[in-house]
Amino acid sequence: METSVAFIFLNAFLINNFVLSSFLGLCPFLGVSGKLSTAWNMGLATTFVMIISSLCAFAINEVLMALDLEFLRLISYIAVIASAVQLVEMFVKKFSPSLFRALGIFLPLITTNCAILGLALFQTFREYTFMQTIGFSLGAGAGFTLAIVLMAGLRERLDLSNVPSISRGAALSLMIGGLLSLSFMGFAGLGGGA
Amino acid sequence: MSDNSSPVIPPLLEEDNTIDAETFMEGVWKNNPVFVMLLGMCPVLAVTNSTINALAMGVATTLVLVASGALVSFLRNHIQKQVRIATYIVIIATFVTIVDYAIQAISLDLYNALGAFIQLIVANCMILGRAEAYASKNSVSKSVVNALGMGAGFTIALLCLGVVREVLGSGTFLGIPLFGDQFQSWVVMILPPGGFFVLAFWLLFFAWREERKEAQQLIAEKG
Repeated sequence: METSVAFIFLNAFLINNFVLSSFLGLCPFLGVSGKLSTAWNMGLATTFVMIISSLCAFAINEVLMALDLEFLRLISYIAVIASAVQLVEMFVKKFSPSLFRALGIFLPLITTNCAILGLALFQTFREYTFMQTIGFSLGAGAGFTLAIVLMAGLRERLDLSNVPSISRGAALSLMIGGLLSLSFMGFAGLGGGA
Repeated sequence: MSDNSSPVIPPLLEEDNTIDAETFMEGVWKNNPVFVMLLGMCPVLAVTNSTINALAMGVATTLVLVASGALVSFLRNHIQKQVRIATYIVIIATFVTIVDYAIQAISLDLYNALGAFIQLIVANCMILGRAEAYASKNSVSKSVVNALGMGAGFTIALLCLGVVREVLGSGTFLGIPLFGDQFQSWVVMILPPGGFFVLAFWLLFFAWREERKEAQQLIAEKG
């Protein structure tokens, strides 16, 4: 039962990458991955929200379990995530107005990023301890950043290439997503095939 | 269904209450949430590895969509503008919790197959988008009809993926084997990359249809 923190990190980061094999957080993955720098910043902002909200979710789950109120779990998680996003938004606006403008509408949309809610739900289902929770959220954030940055790099190149007109836009992005996902399956043997 | 358009609360604005085929069909075809608007992609790709999962996910999402659409529309003149998003999310989360427990009670196998993705309906941007863009501006009956259409469109899209992936990936349809023993199943289709590829294929197909229609129109105009 006791899985090491390092393995949990690696698992969320590469083996079961949050975006490419668990299909979480696809909206920003397809929406914000047009430019490399924006994608990088989006990844960092999402990672930050992930760490804060998963720690809060851990605490809330303890409280709800103690009070026997598990049916309120979903509502409390989503409220926590919305507040964490608000916090990040204020933080970014204060320290980097240019980044704030670059992220635009996608910053508040982190609230409906299923990767963050998914993270909170998965850590609850798998009954992770506090240290495991930290490893899991770091791995998920790093995995999301990696996927979105890879995608942005590929799409920047693709803008210059000559593709058939019907495949411009979403269809091509999805095909690239599929190829990335296929290549990430190669990590499956990592960590002793567990 | 048409006479419960909130008689207690007089609408603030002059509203167009006519319900026609367009109210329903908008979601099914013209603004299909998956193929046209590309909303709610996570469940679309994650749970469509078999037809039954796709169908269950579609029905669950439709239920939440209709119930939250009705409630948001009913309360639309009472919700303060500043807190509307938070209110919508709480309403949606409530209905998702109900659906989650209902599925758990009806079929535990299905519940385990769909996993966390039932609870993740909360984070489906299509539902929040509909609450914000449609239910908060239209009468209860109209919102319900529109939500039903959107839900139907979403379910059809899920089935489009689910059927293709199940037939190619496991050689079965609804669990019934279609081909003989010789069939070598195309395993990649039920794995994550298959989801990306099948959806890309559908989008290509629709783009191709659109382009051909435009070309034909052009030819017709020239005579």
